[in-house]
Amino acid sequence: MIQLSEKHHEYWRKNIIIVAILLAVWFVVTYVQSWFAVGLNEINFFGWPFSFYMSAQGALIVYMVIIWIYWRYMNKLDAEYGVQEVEE
Amino acid sequence: MSQQAGFSQKAFTQQLKRYYWLYTGGFFAFIALLAVAEQLGMGRRAIGMSFLLATIALYAMIGIMSRTLQVDEYYVAGRRVPAFFNGMATASDWMSAASFIAMAGTLYLQGYDGLAFIMGWTGGYVLVAVFLAPYLRKFGQFTVSDFLGARYGNVPRTFGIVSTILVGFVYVIAQIYGVGLITSRFTGLEFGIGVFVGLAGILLCSFLGGMRAVTWTQVAQYIILIIAYLTPVTWLGIKHVGFPIPQLAYGPLMQKIAVLEKKFTADPGEQEVRKIFKDRSDAATALLADPAKSYAEGKAALEKKAADLKAANAPADQVSAAEKALADYPKDIEAAKKKWTTEKGLSARAAPPREHAVAFPGKDEKARDLARRNFLGIVFCMMLGTAALPHILMRYYTTPSVREARRSVFWSLFFICMLYISAPALAVLVKFDVYSNFVGIAYADIPGWLLAWRAVDPTLLNIVDINKDGIVQLAEITIGGDLIVLMGPELAGLPYVVSGLVAAGGLAAALSTADGLLLTIANALGHDLYYKMINPKASTKSRLVVARTLLLMVAVFAAWVTSHKPGDILFLVGAAFSLALSAFFPALVLGIFWKRANKYGAMAGMAAGLGVCIYYMLTTYPWLRNVFGITAPIADYTWFGMAPISAGVFGFPVGMITTIVVSLLTPPPDEKTQDLVSSCRYPVLEGEVDTKNI
Repeated sequence: MIQLSEKHHEYWRKNIIIVAILLAVWFVVTYVQSWFAVGLNEINFFGWPFSFYMSAQGALIVYMVIIWIYWRYMNKLDAEYGVQEVEE
Repeated sequence: MSQQAGFSQKAFTQQLKRYYWLYTGGFFAFIALLAVAEQLGMGRRAIGMSFLLATIALYAMIGIMSRTLQVDEYYVAGRRVPAFFNGMATASDWMSAASFIAMAGTLYLQGYDGLAFIMGWTGGYVLVAVFLAPYLRKFGQFTVSDFLGARYGNVPRTFGIVSTILVGFVYVIAQIYGVGLITSRFTGLEFGIGVFVGLAGILLCSFLGGMRAVTWTQVAQYIILIIAYLTPVTWLGIKHVGFPIPQLAYGPLMQKIAVLEKKFTADPGEQEVRKIFKDRSDAATALLADPAKSYAEGKAALEKKAADLKAANAPADQVSAAEKALADYPKDIEAAKKKWTTEKGLSARAAPPREHAVAFPGKDEKARDLARRNFLGIVFCMMLGTAALPHILMRYYTTPSVREARRSVFWSLFFICMLYISAPALAVLVKFDVYSNFVGIAYADIPGWLLAWRAVDPTLLNIVDINKDGIVQLAEITIGGDLIVLMGPELAGLPYVVSGLVAAGGLAAALSTADGLLLTIANALGHDLYYKMINPKASTKSRLVVARTLLLMVAVFAAWVTSHKPGDILFLVGAAFSLALSAFFPALVLGIFWKRANKYGAMAGMAAGLGVCIYYMLTTYPWLRNVFGITAPIADYTWFGMAPISAGVFGFPVGMITTIVVSLLTPPPDEKTQDLVSSCRYPVLEGEVDTKNI
């Protein structure tokens, strides 16, 4: 059985926390936003009805940002907790 | 590109960049050459043919150059595909004929409600990034079933193999169908022949080089498909918003469309046409109330009229017209019923134009609520399905490290969004063009190229002067979704060579997805079933021979099925997502995030999830109901009004809960399995399980 140190557990906890935060954002821009689409569409966003813009473009940009943040954050976390891979 | 001592990932990436820049330049030169040839009088079919044959030859060349005899190369491209290029390959693996050809059409026809697919097919990558890609890469074998096998044992592995084949096969048929359609539209070849020409292209790519060849052709195919998609969008942008990146500026155009929609709703000519459709539909509804009586009466009336005219010595043309009407009358009651049902369906065209920007339209609160629920259902199923499709997950085994796998998900989504952000813009641009430049013109002024599409495929366009006023009304036009992308270049006033380019792009999209899927299916059989379960002692050489033989057999079988034109292709694509998420998502994600999940839970969860999903589709989808002879009303089987395509919204929770409950009721997994989970969670871990030896 692998003995995981307290540091390892902390690394995993931090991973879970960042995932939870990012998925909360993901949930809001996707589901909450489109649930209220009829009302949000009343808002004019640079010519677009707001919800239309979000579903057609805004949410996609947020998804890219989420993945980018996760990638950067986890790389930093790997180094901090000494579990990073050796570069070739 | 063979593995050598002192191999440097950095130099390799540089070299790849050089190759693909050269390739892109060469492709532009080829387009320029054909453009000149067009000016010199080269015909449309010749241009279409040159594009298709040249690109297929190109993919084949890459495929042959990437041939390999090494297992690692064949299954995971040697695990040294840089994140950037794996992103491109994943993007073209992901974007199918449906994304390239049909997506903008769906948005054109459905407006806001079509955006469910835009969000669903991109947001899933967030789940891939945080739940699966890095962990599967660390696990580091060859297939998704490998993970299920190592984590849960052989029975869940078998479930994995069966689900992979089921999902992959359903999906690949749609791709080969797309290949046949594009080939036959642009070259005039028969559909069945088009299918086999495309098949030859697919096999040349993947047969000798497996994943390695598929990866490098997919990158090449991405470059072609994105150039093909963005060229008309850019030109239409210049035409309508005066800006070459209309993705950033089409908002105000939507307000202009809304004004036009109001105008068409109130326009007397439009109202007249819609009234005609409504009357025809009402008349057919009345006839259908008692078909036998209506049929006899209708026939008798026509016979009487013909006889009366003859008796009265009416002019010959009147007599022959009456006789023709009699001859055209349906042969029997069944035929008459069919004809009247079609007429009854015209009520759909009696409605005013659908408002593009309005979310969840419906006649009352209940209908609107149902539309909203189904919108969210589709988004949910497409997202979780994305994160469960084996041919996509497999791609993350090919990166050099866990870091690169995470980064690669970002690049995948980036390259996918290049097209997905453009599709809604294209739909709006085309709609504005049609509304402002075609509606209201005289029939004599309809451009010849538009009518030419009708000759190519009658389902693409139907335009008939219903109220005989010689003016085109919006209600008189029926556009097939596929036409939106296909006619983009001509709307923008571009030469036919760009239409040929669009065809090549559509072909690239369909071929790249088909490549990835066929390889996944063949690997499920050759690697998971044959090597891992039947003959673990097989030599490298015989493993590759088996893998290739199976690839060939699966491909020919899929093409054979496709050439029979099985119906309901679009439903089948959506169904693949619901099936994948019900079967794989709970077992994969819990397998990584919950050490307590055990093989009994996984078995029960996969079976229950998939079972519920299949049951819901069988009982609510008309075509499947027919096949299985289910006659009780659909409403009896419908839960919460969800459409069958979203069956995954039931399959997922059932699979999840079953996995958790059954796992808790049975003993926890052994230490070795728990160590495996720990090893997957950390990019480097002391004493980690070496997955190569399990």
